[in-house]
Amino acid sequence: MNDQTMTPEERAANLKGMGSSRKRVEDVRFTQGKGNYVDDIKLDGMLFGDFVRSPYAHARVVSVNKEAALAQPGVIAVLTAEDLAPLGLHWMPTLAGDKQMVLADGKVLFQGQEVAFVVAEDRYIAADAAELVEVEYEELPVLTDPFEALKSDVVLREDIADQTEGAHGPRKHHNHIFTWEQGDKDATEAILAEADVVAEEMVYYHRTHPCPLETCGSVASMDKVTGKLTLYGTFQAPHAIRTVVSLISGIAEHNIRVISPDIGGGFGNKVGAYAGYVCSVVASIVTGKPVKWVEDRMENLMSTAFARDYWMQGKIAATKDGKITGLWCHTTADHGGFDACADPTKFPAGFMNICTGSYDIPTAYLAVDGVYTNKAPGGVAYRCSFRVTEAAYFIERMIEVLAIKLNMDAAELRRINFIKADQFPYQSALGWEYDSGDYHTAWDKALKAVDYDGLRAEQAQRVEEFKAGKTRKLLGIGLTHFTEIVGAGPVKNCDILGLGMFDSCEIRIHPTGSAIARLGTISQGQGHATTFAQIIASEIGLPADDITLEEGDTDTAPYGLGTYGSRSTPVAGAATAMAARKIRAKAQMIAAYLLEVHDDDVEWDVDRFSVKGAPERFKTMKEIAFAAYNQAIPGLEPGLEAVSYYDPPNMTYPFGAYICVMEIDVDTGEWDVRKFYALDDCGTRINPMIIDGQVHGGVTEALAIAMGQEIAYDEMGNVKTGTLMDFFLPTAWETPNYITDYTVTPSPHHPIGAKGVGESPNVGGVPCFSNAVHDAFRPFGLVQSHMPHDHWRIWKIANGLGMHG
Amino acid sequence: MSKMHVKLTVNGKEVEGLAEPRTLLIHFLREDLKITGPHIGCETSHCGACTVDIDGKSVKSCTTFVAQVNGADITTVEGLTNDDGSLGVLQEMFREHHGLQCGFCTPGMITRAHRLLQENPNPTEEEIRFGMAGNLCRCTGYQNIVKAISASADMLNAQKEAAE
Repeated sequence: MNDQTMTPEERAANLKGMGSSRKRVEDVRFTQGKGNYVDDIKLDGMLFGDFVRSPYAHARVVSVNKEAALAQPGVIAVLTAEDLAPLGLHWMPTLAGDKQMVLADGKVLFQGQEVAFVVAEDRYIAADAAELVEVEYEELPVLTDPFEALKSDVVLREDIADQTEGAHGPRKHHNHIFTWEQGDKDATEAILAEADVVAEEMVYYHRTHPCPLETCGSVASMDKVTGKLTLYGTFQAPHAIRTVVSLISGIAEHNIRVISPDIGGGFGNKVGAYAGYVCSVVASIVTGKPVKWVEDRMENLMSTAFARDYWMQGKIAATKDGKITGLWCHTTADHGGFDACADPTKFPAGFMNICTGSYDIPTAYLAVDGVYTNKAPGGVAYRCSFRVTEAAYFIERMIEVLAIKLNMDAAELRRINFIKADQFPYQSALGWEYDSGDYHTAWDKALKAVDYDGLRAEQAQRVEEFKAGKTRKLLGIGLTHFTEIVGAGPVKNCDILGLGMFDSCEIRIHPTGSAIARLGTISQGQGHATTFAQIIASEIGLPADDITLEEGDTDTAPYGLGTYGSRSTPVAGAATAMAARKIRAKAQMIAAYLLEVHDDDVEWDVDRFSVKGAPERFKTMKEIAFAAYNQAIPGLEPGLEAVSYYDPPNMTYPFGAYICVMEIDVDTGEWDVRKFYALDDCGTRINPMIIDGQVHGGVTEALAIAMGQEIAYDEMGNVKTGTLMDFFLPTAWETPNYITDYTVTPSPHHPIGAKGVGESPNVGGVPCFSNAVHDAFRPFGLVQSHMPHDHWRIWKIANGLGMHG
Repeated sequence: MSKMHVKLTVNGKEVEGLAEPRTLLIHFLREDLKITGPHIGCETSHCGACTVDIDGKSVKSCTTFVAQVNGADITTVEGLTNDDGSLGVLQEMFREHHGLQCGFCTPGMITRAHRLLQENPNPTEEEIRFGMAGNLCRCTGYQNIVKAISASADMLNAQKEAAE
């Protein structure tokens, strides 16, 4: 078969473009152990850094004695805040407009805080020497409860104690960071006062941690001859890191090359800038040698960015027949010792104002108060887009609480309140314009797929059997319909540290018809090298297998804001399509010249331009590519390449309907997921295999969070979950199989209609699992119980409801 | 600290070197031998990213001193590639069934699965899930890993049958 005899469908299939479950190109390396992660990097003369960390959650640092450590053979340097101060690097700006200590400057604010950085010839010597650094502490009162912190006389941040104005407006108390308000307070309170029914509840979304399997790390190499700094690291946003390093170090940006090599999972953990990155850079400058820093798991869980920790007080108003009329939410957000949340600048509580969810709620009000406590800083979007999981969990719990109050079926309550398909684009009461959706279709498909009515009948029977003493197991049916907001974002309102949140793609077509594309994003397992090549293949008709994709090297890739918040496909994916279209536009002119017709007389046909009305006269993209490099075409420059910087006009709003069927043993608190059905609508689907993989993984992370995973502190501020012994990561044994399904509602403003999917399963999964637990106990009077629902806490629910006799 | 002489067979090749008594096997493999397939994920034997095969058993090399295994026959994921450089059956099936995403757990997963299929050439789904419970993955939710191992078992059994 050749180009002439193949049908357009066959030619399209050969491209392995959009819609193809193309196998991943990354896997050939990874399956052989030939990935290149930060800890795999080994440079000549490389030294190792290790931290001395505070055992106390709040203490003054009276003195640091380095002598014994420096006396150890193989120890090169010990850095403290005093050493960094002359460079102005003992503090660094956070992504949230605050600043944080790189190394303890007079005091420590959380257990595990970095106090000194030891540099030695190998990692064993560095670890030994860290033990020999003598630090004298003077303990201070510890605040681990954000409500107490707002009342306490204890000042956590003495450096800003007198500042009544913070990065996000007035501060009400020395431990208060900001108040962020959205919506109409007066109107919402008026509706609450007059409503038929108001349900009120405190919904707590506990502190947890993204815990990628690879911890954070960096290798800094300052070349004193060229004055160039090369910084390898676990960076989800390498270009932003380059700019930040330049701004805080004073090294000109063109003299900094940041490289994110392969990244062993990110999930938000690798968005932030950490003390280890800064210290490895300083140590390399000081010693003139490359310096590697790689944290261990305990350091990762104790000190790098946590997620969630939102106390969400909610009120939801409705008519007697269940039509929601208003939503009120006040959130107390525990940010730890420094405000290092990773959110767009104008959104100190992220996109928490998506908390009206999938529902047509005419009036709403949201206020968020950020608070300092003696916990680790962070507040990253753990597999979600800037607090969307908190918002989704809040509204999906409030719906259930309202259903109880109304004595209504929660599936029906959702249905009568969904935004209708003909209401899109939909303006939400809290300020967003939802781009597209068809919630009723998705919901009906999901309910039918699991035989919802049958499940409810089975549940009713189970309750009878339980009451009759015939079983000790309950059946919970967890429901969730979530709406995400991803693809940050439009430069007009989305920036991080002043950097607009556009993204980019550069494509170069080689003379023989293969190509290389470079993007401003960075894959951490999402399979960008596979999927972005598919977008290009469909747009310009070259096989995806002939397109190399590169990311993560700031010397070669165009500037972009990186990969998190499900933004790669909505933003960089759009840039990829737009860059490809620029190439196709030039290719059209080349084809017309070669075919000796006017530009308008050729038309695109899968992988070629053919003469309108004469499809046998055509030039394939491969032929056009060669012509671009060997023909002098009047009016056209040689070559075939394009770059696009894409500023999205709006966010995208993926959605989904998830249903979980869970068995719960009331005597042991053990749970078993009997069925989990996940319907996702992420708009146009680029690679169904990868989408399914993202859903499996995201729901499993949701399972972990809902059913046991937490960063817990005791009242002294000690981290109780500092290793994988205590921090729950599900194994293959307790993880169920998932049923995936989909509908397709393309985004109207995205060039290929894609919305992003990586985080949807976590956003939808957490409330779904939690609602299943609540639903099992609903017939026995449970209204609200906080996550994580580990066996002990589930047992306590049963015990509290008098179910243990 | 004084160093001791260690001699190992790694992926079929005899290697030797000097190591402190406290040197962990994972560090000896990664730093001295530059075999960077096995990874470090937790240092407490929980995650299994460091899993290697030692004398026919799956072992977590992050909590094993190299001195403990002096003279042992060790296989890492690098040793599971075919002699002609093509992917081995497990490697190919992990790719075919999308059994990996970020790739960080993959070397340990595949090395453990290799031993599991030696121990039990016809595992049920339940046996695969139980047998792989010492290896954590944060990306895939295991569903496709289970599929990949099951498909590998089928393929290896078919190959064995054809050879007999």
